[in-house]
Amino acid sequence: MDLQTMTYLVVGASFALYIGIAIWARAGSTSEFYVAGGGVHPVTNGMATAADWMSAASFISMAGLISNMGYGGGLFLMGWTGGYVLLACLLAPYLRKFGKFTVPQFIGDRFYSKTASTVAVVCLLTASITYIIGQMTGVGVAFSRFLGVSSEMGIYIGMGIVFAYAVFGGMKGITYTQVAQYIVLILAYTIPAIFISLQLTGNPLPQLGLGSDMVGSDVSLLQKLDQVVTDLGFGKYTTTTAGSTLNMFVYTLSLMIGTAGLPHVIMRFFTVPKVSDARTSAGWALVFIAILYTTAPAVAAMAKMNLIGTTNTAAMKGGDMFAPESSLKADERPDWMKRWEKTGLLKFEDKNGDGRIQYYNDKTKDEAVKAKAEAAGWKGNELTVNADIIVLANPEIALLPNWVIALVAAGGLAAALSTAAGLLMAISAAVSHDLIKGVFKPDISDKNELLAGKISMAVAIVIAGYLGLNPPGFAAGTVALAFGIAASSLFPAIMMGIFSKKMNKEGAIAGMLAGLAVTLMYVFAHKGIFFIKGTEFVDAIGGPNSFFGITPEAFGAVGALLNFIVAFVVDKMTKEPPEHIQHMVENVRIPRGAKAVDGAH
Amino acid sequence: MDQTGKAYWSAVLGLLGKILAIWFVVSFGAGILFADVLNNIKLGGYPLGFWFAHQGSIYIFIALIFYYAKAMDKLDRKFDVHE
Repeated sequence: MDLQTMTYLVVGASFALYIGIAIWARAGSTSEFYVAGGGVHPVTNGMATAADWMSAASFISMAGLISNMGYGGGLFLMGWTGGYVLLACLLAPYLRKFGKFTVPQFIGDRFYSKTASTVAVVCLLTASITYIIGQMTGVGVAFSRFLGVSSEMGIYIGMGIVFAYAVFGGMKGITYTQVAQYIVLILAYTIPAIFISLQLTGNPLPQLGLGSDMVGSDVSLLQKLDQVVTDLGFGKYTTTTAGSTLNMFVYTLSLMIGTAGLPHVIMRFFTVPKVSDARTSAGWALVFIAILYTTAPAVAAMAKMNLIGTTNTAAMKGGDMFAPESSLKADERPDWMKRWEKTGLLKFEDKNGDGRIQYYNDKTKDEAVKAKAEAAGWKGNELTVNADIIVLANPEIALLPNWVIALVAAGGLAAALSTAAGLLMAISAAVSHDLIKGVFKPDISDKNELLAGKISMAVAIVIAGYLGLNPPGFAAGTVALAFGIAASSLFPAIMMGIFSKKMNKEGAIAGMLAGLAVTLMYVFAHKGIFFIKGTEFVDAIGGPNSFFGITPEAFGAVGALLNFIVAFVVDKMTKEPPEHIQHMVENVRIPRGAKAVDGAH
Repeated sequence: MDQTGKAYWSAVLGLLGKILAIWFVVSFGAGILFADVLNNIKLGGYPLGFWFAHQGSIYIFIALIFYYAKAMDKLDRKFDVHE
């Protein structure tokens, strides 16, 4: 069977599975719609959370980023997993005890203020909508690369599938499709990795393979990789850091806090029956996430080794990498290169006209490498590799059978769709529960609220699809913004709501606004106001990365710190919260009396 | 809050302090601040600092959450506030 047919078959089967689950798990009440009835097993919820959390970026892009960054890429690995420790210890069990449907509802009730909950809704909508654009474009990209349909068509199909299970099933439908999507995406990620690890190191576990010796030698993979990348003028793989050590530190912290503060992830912990389930469920979520996140660095290093080994025969066999015959002859390049050249993700340009491919870092500061390259007649790097290739073309690079390639397509789509559905859930709950029921029409009946929830879900899908079809030209910056907002506004507000009994509404609102404002300002200064090109004002804040060399993506933690400081200063100057609120905080802190989630007051 | 409630909460905060200290030490400490020094030690083919940043901290995070869940269950029972 040819690759195209096989891909259609595997992706089609996975979609049929999702729709089947949608028909089986329809939501009949607001409790089922918002929190799947509050009866999800902690392991099931952990698996659904893992799919919810791991987006197109985790599946498609992360290994490629690490491959390019080397050691510094560890900030994604630590940042996106360490947040679960914060979530498990500081937020999830207490929010579950609180026993309501949404994050803004907690903030509104705890800070006895509709203003506070409205600010939280604004933060949630900004974070979730920016995040979802990346998912919709991810769906389009996966379709167009693997199935040969246009990216627009791909987004329409994706919208239709999400519509089927999210609108009718709500959180209940989403939970069980996410479990199925997790299984698809984790198989798609690990199977190629196991084969590649076997080929390179003889060890089937990629996590161990990364620390093993190369097949048939007593040099370890990482040592070999360090050597060949430095020979070609790249930074040493195991030590090159991301910017400065301070930037890597703050970036990692921002991703952790942002992860813990993302509403679509927090919401998943409202679905388990008990407070103690919320704690273990976070552990299970991290186990399922870690299967991918500990495989990714192995994929990254091994793919880099394979790529260099393919273009330069001396890399694997030893010998002079700058000898003319070491470079790969262009017309002998493997089929996968030709295939990915068509998508534009891989570009080959014979700059010195010798009919061979030279892949090296032509901007290196290593004079010895420069001199060698010049002496060999190299006129610049001739191969440009998009980071996404590392995962997408991985099975082809390792010469794996067609069904594995088809599975990777289904996995990429599962990752994008599951995250999109989780975000849509957070958006529609914020609109129907926090805005319509909370602010505009408090006496709405359960049945009408359910209808409102379904309508807002449908509207959110259309908006997300529209933004995916017409990305506002800032898709790359959006994920950073979502994390920045979650870290600087929502996380501190929730944490203070639980851990500071005396925190009042004035402090919380001022803190959220200050954290949000300073983060947006720093990001917009670098990337333009609402990412509109030409409106950057980076000089006004003293040049790029002017705050101690911290990049805008890493700034969320600084915003969070400011949020805490402003909140405590304002809190000290205004009167303390009413007695019944302080009692409520005491009550949230102990597990006893946790009730099934019903959403009533 | 009554006396038991206060004692329970301070026990919880004590546990959190310990958990977060380890969380900080393995990721920000071993994985970032002291990675260069630790890289002189080898764990199989891994330089140790690199291992903490790309593998080790994640495993320890998982252990931390399950340890936390278990220790909290114990505290809940000890102070009789369990579900």
